Amino acid sequence: MRQRRIIPGVDANLLIKDAAKLMPDASRRGFLRGAASLGALTLLTGCDIIDGDRAESVLRKVSEFNDGAQAALFSRTKLAPTYPESAITKPFPFNAYYDEDEAPEVDGKIYKLEVAGLVENKKSWTLDELYALPEVSQITRHICVEGWSAIGSWQGTPFSEFLKRIGADTRAKYVWFKCAEGYTNTIDMPTALHPQTQMTFKFANRILPRAYGFPMKIRIPTKLGFKNPKYVVAVEVTNTDKGGYWEDKGYNWFSGL
Amino acid sequence: MTAETIPMAAVDGSIHPRWVRVCHWINALAILVMIGSGWQIYNASPLFDFEFPKQITLGGWLAGALLWHFAAMWVVVINGIVYVTLGIATGRFRRKLLPIRPGDVIADMKAALSFKLAHDDLSHYNAVQRLLYAGVIIAGIILVLSGISIWKPVQLQELTALFGGYDAARYVHFFAMAAVVGFLIVHVALAVIVPKSLRAMIAGR
Repeated sequence: MRQRRIIPGVDANLLIKDAAKLMPDASRRGFLRGAASLGALTLLTGCDIIDGDRAESVLRKVSEFNDGAQAALFSRTKLAPTYPESAITKPFPFNAYYDEDEAPEVDGKIYKLEVAGLVENKKSWTLDELYALPEVSQITRHICVEGWSAIGSWQGTPFSEFLKRIGADTRAKYVWFKCAEGYTNTIDMPTALHPQTQMTFKFANRILPRAYGFPMKIRIPTKLGFKNPKYVVAVEVTNTDKGGYWEDKGYNWFSGL
Repeated sequence: MTAETIPMAAVDGSIHPRWVRVCHWINALAILVMIGSGWQIYNASPLFDFEFPKQITLGGWLAGALLWHFAAMWVVVINGIVYVTLGIATGRFRRKLLPIRPGDVIADMKAALSFKLAHDDLSHYNAVQRLLYAGVIIAGIILVLSGISIWKPVQLQELTALFGGYDAARYVHFFAMAAVVGFLIVHVALAVIVPKSLRAMIAGR
């Protein structure tokens, strides 16, 4: 199981196993709970010097502080590095917390993107309407929270353009995404308006395959991979932080790059 | 051991001024957290065909380890800036660590390996010590900078490029960690062999 090559040729099956491994133990009350999780410190002192719950609450506070630090460091104009086509990772890995054959199968014919929250026009969008939006392309590096990275080619509409068309109140703090399988994600408005943040309909100039998030993913090259939702079915502009699948489990909320 | 056996070299009578001792122990604790959590993070996507045993990692799983890593990061960086600034400003680095002459290093290394290297005067570093202490400071700086370049490969992409890009920076970060861990093994072993050096770092003399 340990035959892993990071790049090139990331093995999809192994990545699925990785994702499964990332899940916290169901039996664990908090993600730091238990002497074993305190590892080195426990071993060094021979006793459990840190109360799991208190450590967890302090670490969450520091993580919130880090959200602020990252937001301050975030530049609205600084672009993620782009690469030539020859640099694209082949095959580009499938990555999720479930198996590839368990990935959502969205029917494009009946698909509608729901729009909600602080917007002027809450009309749903069909795939044909979305495909008619102006298209831009990017070849950027997808960086996973696990550490591996892969370069991919994505085509779609700048998300800021879509926000303009739905009359979004861009003074709102967040944009929340809901996905077909129940995955959720919240991002900050400055990132939503970043020029490279994209509503993605194609990978390598072909309609997004199921593995990569058909019919639509949100490609954000300034954030870690798990902040790039796939199979997106609803967008909400909001002032309430609704959290997200991994963020609620302990990953840093901002997760900027 | 009596006080008479310890030479009085520093002006204020102590071998290590208070700021050195405070920085040393803050760093010791923070660096253990960084290494333990860093090993857990490594395990999520290993660069080589091995993983660190879970028992010696910190955080329980990836998210927990990342929280520890990015919390202790502030302690390591702020403490490190204070230490390096005072080390330069007070002239301690220049006085204690320089010069490092290759000839001296080879001679002292030979003496050390044949157990003939004098260790009596704790206030004076031999050439091997100078090389190791200066080396670990440089490794620490590379460790921090490569870590920042992995953390912020877009906002600080110029720094990341300096390390040869994102993927290369991960290897640099790993090897800088390995250098620091290698130093720690020697450092702790010698502190155990020469207990008065440990006392000097706690009590100052």
